[in-house]
Amino acid sequence: MPRKKIELPCAVDYLSILNEKGELDKELEPDISEEVLLKLHRFMVLGRKFDDQLLNLQRQGRMGTFAPISGQEAAQLGAVSLLRPTDWFVPSFRETGAELWRGRSLESVILVFAGYAEGALVGKANGEEQEPMNNMPVSIPVGSQIPHAVGIGWGIKYREKDDVVMAFFGDGATSEGDFHEGLNFAGVYQCPVVFVCQNNHWAISVPREKQTRSKTLAQKALAYDVPGIQVDGNDVLAVYAAAQEAVERARSGDGPSMIECVTYRMKMHTTADDPKRYRKEEEVEKWKKHDPISRFQKYLVNKDLLSDKKIGDLENEIQEEIRSAVKRAEETMKDFTDPLQMFDHIYRERPPYLEEQRKALAEETEMTKDEEKGE
Amino acid sequence: MAKMTMVQAINLALRQEMEKDDRVIVLGEDVGRDGGVFRVTDGLIDKFGENRSVDTPLAESAIVGMSIGMAVYGLRPVCEIQFSGFSYLAFHQIECHAARLRMRSQGVCEVPMVVRAPCGGGVRALEHHSESRETYYAHTPGLKMVIPSGPRNARALLVSAIRDPDPVIFFEPKATYRAFREEVPEEEETLPLGKSVKVQEGKDLTIISYGAMMRPTLEAVEALKEDDGVEAEVIDLLTLSPLDHDLFSESVKKTGRAVIVHEAPRSFGPGAEIISRIMEKAFFYLEAPIARVTGFDVHIPLFSREMAYLPGKNRIVRAAREILNA
Repeated sequence: MPRKKIELPCAVDYLSILNEKGELDKELEPDISEEVLLKLHRFMVLGRKFDDQLLNLQRQGRMGTFAPISGQEAAQLGAVSLLRPTDWFVPSFRETGAELWRGRSLESVILVFAGYAEGALVGKANGEEQEPMNNMPVSIPVGSQIPHAVGIGWGIKYREKDDVVMAFFGDGATSEGDFHEGLNFAGVYQCPVVFVCQNNHWAISVPREKQTRSKTLAQKALAYDVPGIQVDGNDVLAVYAAAQEAVERARSGDGPSMIECVTYRMKMHTTADDPKRYRKEEEVEKWKKHDPISRFQKYLVNKDLLSDKKIGDLENEIQEEIRSAVKRAEETMKDFTDPLQMFDHIYRERPPYLEEQRKALAEETEMTKDEEKGE
Repeated sequence: MAKMTMVQAINLALRQEMEKDDRVIVLGEDVGRDGGVFRVTDGLIDKFGENRSVDTPLAESAIVGMSIGMAVYGLRPVCEIQFSGFSYLAFHQIECHAARLRMRSQGVCEVPMVVRAPCGGGVRALEHHSESRETYYAHTPGLKMVIPSGPRNARALLVSAIRDPDPVIFFEPKATYRAFREEVPEEEETLPLGKSVKVQEGKDLTIISYGAMMRPTLEAVEALKEDDGVEAEVIDLLTLSPLDHDLFSESVKKTGRAVIVHEAPRSFGPGAEIISRIMEKAFFYLEAPIARVTGFDVHIPLFSREMAYLPGKNRIVRAAREILNA
């Protein structure tokens, strides 16, 4: 009856391929087609520019609260780009870049942030006809979408399909029970799920080191016998390489994985938040040097896929695309005036008492209109 | 037809739906090999395998959360929360997602799932094992809240719940699980969700109840008939949400008097809503104030005192006499 050590597989790899100077580890460089490299770059720039434009709209009172993604473009696009249309994308609320990649339109994002539920279904990405994709809507309660990804993964396995699920969440979510319950269930049932943690260092005002004493977030997966890896989340090549490995593992029936993308939230938690209350400007300045877009651009310029002129042209094109989407969204909004919309999609069929309430609001609305006319 | 307990009748519903539809998956703590702590899922694992009758780790939130994912994927999960008093650990999954995904996705994601949970007191159980908090769920838009009162309607309602396109919280009164048997037909039988039933015709007053309280209600009705010559009309709600106010409002218009019986705590309980609907639909027909016979606004006491908490025949009879004499 000795006391002895139980050997556990508990190493967490750290992966970085392209550093902030644009220097590359050739050995580790993933094989990505030119088309996908340029598409990744385009969506990273689109995500950043869209953030800026949404912030302007919000500050002008033309839109409500939203969660900016700036700084996290590589972490989300590097991962989501591995999915096929039939795979399942399960976002939290800070994955606008990944959502656009998955076919959500700019207008749809604007309309929902402007307070219109029906905006969820408006428009097509870049106006293109696309294959329908399996996307879950945004989930706001932190970490609560993680068990859904496991249930979808369970279904895929039950139906013997080779699709995979990719679930996104942040560093704060790793303190939530649903994260631990979800990873445990995924481990037990060996569900084909890739858990992508965007460790952006801040859960509103609580820094990463106060969120958990664990050295990495990736190691939390190991407790559930789920492989975990930590990557430079501002290095799109590293995120892509890690996601490729995890997606292949899931697709070939070898179960779930977790990827911790170490990145940084360059802006506020949401537009309702003022980060100056809790973090130093120097920290933000330091992270600007690790910017995910500029280093990827250096890489693409070195590969002769981009030039300063091409980048400038692309930026102009994207600005125009966003401007016209804002215009279309603001036009569309004008049709979304019916307050009775709130009674849609509560149940598949509206029960009689809800029909009564809907009718009552309709009458109230008419009376108010008449009274206003009377004045 | 076979005489069955509620446990056997629910088992029959699950078995037949699983046979008909491979999207139906039963999951929860101890539902597989053990057949559930009340044996409701007994034998399903032998017939359908561990992929259809799934033992889960002990985590209510993930049981419901995973079921949501399964439902969105196109399956029809029927998850069990071992006792309704533990459903609060999954409450945010039910409220934030099961009830809302249809709205959030504007109809793209449907969540056709059933959360089964034994509810109510009267079986001399430990703390947390005797709760009647159906109001939490009946108060949440997007959910359906169903509570059967006997073997036959439990079977018929569960079949409807499994086939329903919306999430259904299905509370099973555990005091009724083995209390009596009823004829339950082998062939398919369903009851519509959102519809109450008239259990007994009467002209003098209306008694509205559901779940385990239907038994003391019917005993009280018998006593009122024998001792007072009173003919009570009895409504079994079956579904708390969406609430079928037409049936009880029409009944109250006829009788002019109403007693509401539930074991849930009184304040903000189902009775409060039922009375409001009667005021809206049948106020001018009332001959007397409406009476409530309910649990008290306390945590249901440990079992030495639980019978004093639970409405029984005598309390119902006294309440009825009071409004009949008003």
